[in-house]
Amino acid sequence: MHLPDGFLDAKTALLSTGAAAAGVGIALRQVRSSLPPRRLPMLGLAAAFVFAAQMLNFPVAGGTSGHLVGGVLTAVLLGPSAAVLVITCVLIVQCLMFADGGLTTLGANVFNMAIVSGCGGYFVFRFTQWLMRGQGTRATVFAAAFAGWFSTVLASISCAGQLALSKTVPWSIAFPAMANVHMLIGVGEGLATGLIVLAVLRSRPQLVAGAVPQAQESGLGFVSYGLLVSVGLVVFVAPFACPWPDGLEAVTKSLGFSERTVHPLLNAPLPDYRLPFIGSATVATVVAGLIGTVLAFVAAYVLARALVPALKTPKPK
Amino acid sequence: MHTPELNPCPRPTALHRASPRLKLAVAFVFIGITVLMPRRPDPAYLAPAAVLLLLWPLCRMPLAYALRRLLMAELFILGVALLSLLTPAARPIFLSALIKSNLCVLTMLLLTWTTPFQEILQVLRRLRLPSVMLATLALMTRYVPVLAEESRRMQRARASRTFSPRRRLAWSTLAGVIGQLFIRSADRAERIYLAMCARGWK
Repeated sequence: MHLPDGFLDAKTALLSTGAAAAGVGIALRQVRSSLPPRRLPMLGLAAAFVFAAQMLNFPVAGGTSGHLVGGVLTAVLLGPSAAVLVITCVLIVQCLMFADGGLTTLGANVFNMAIVSGCGGYFVFRFTQWLMRGQGTRATVFAAAFAGWFSTVLASISCAGQLALSKTVPWSIAFPAMANVHMLIGVGEGLATGLIVLAVLRSRPQLVAGAVPQAQESGLGFVSYGLLVSVGLVVFVAPFACPWPDGLEAVTKSLGFSERTVHPLLNAPLPDYRLPFIGSATVATVVAGLIGTVLAFVAAYVLARALVPALKTPKPK
Repeated sequence: MHTPELNPCPRPTALHRASPRLKLAVAFVFIGITVLMPRRPDPAYLAPAAVLLLLWPLCRMPLAYALRRLLMAELFILGVALLSLLTPAARPIFLSALIKSNLCVLTMLLLTWTTPFQEILQVLRRLRLPSVMLATLALMTRYVPVLAEESRRMQRARASRTFSPRRRLAWSTLAGVIGQLFIRSADRAERIYLAMCARGWK
């Protein structure tokens, strides 16, 4: 999902760089105020760990293989603010050392993978854990696996929104393609995240920050992350996602001069951009997404039940 | 699986010795100009391409190295290519994005080939990047090879103790390796902190 240079126009690049800078700024504030100095080297080592883990390939059917992205994994292990900084550093090194991911799209990549995937995924993780009414091993593994899937899809939708906002690929094609492909890729990410969190929980549960309620996460930071992720998604995705007329169109219609404006609009470049099944492709993807979410939720629960038998759940001391 | 080459170039050239600050600024402006060019196939693209082709022999970047790195970026580009084939109207935009992204990847390759990351880090330090990020970046580049070697050692040890893992178990053994890698990096971070304190870090 590393966007190379040249795929975003100036407006989208600037918007997403602004959003990314705001997110990293919040993360820096949070880390400065809450991270004890002895945990500082952990950020660098965690970044190196994510990088090294991305070099290991998980075998997938048909001889292909995939690797971990690690946004949710880092957020579950270290907390959301540390995860934003860690993934941002990984992306900076990939850009400036390996020419992987563009320089002008660095902001967009940071927004998609560190903030939407890491922070957004962490929200999903916390919410799922809360649904399970518990901090036990099984709840944590289940929530991590589901959040791993969900955040991958969320990041791909944000990426599709950026591509569409720059008019590189029309939304009616970018959204179904990106979302559907990543609903499949996300299965691998979720499975790997759940398995790795379980492996760490089994041998060193105190290292998993997400397994215990955090005193250090301040409410303000949480609210600002949530605001940032939702504002970003609204800016990138909402212009396309809504099938109903937006506010401006509604006003035009109610004031009665829609007849004059609508005609040239319909004859102009829009038809070239549209396929006969656009509406249906977008709607079908949304429906598939909802069904996929339910399926992933159930699958993650079954996975957690299979991996963590109720009797063997270690009691927190 | 390969360990990333942290300092790829064995034989420094004049471009390697140029100020990293200048190189980073030039690369940034160059990429900015390329990205802002018209969004259709245009003869104007020949200008940045010519500059890159002139610079390439000057810094002796091997062709195989460049092609391997370009191929990594090409995966995403081809994915978008498949999407744009469905819409005839977006084809010129796609073609220009294809040219732009390849030119920009090539620019970044020349930059990273001639500039070790440590020097880029010095530039970022002078640009007042927050110290937490600088420390994280510095520690990260130092420990990526160490952890890569560690994970290879753990996999070798696993392979010598088990039969070849069955397909069903491949994921959970690999997840075990990665989980263990995290635990070891946490321990290492603790030791690094103690070493930093022992050397008077505050």
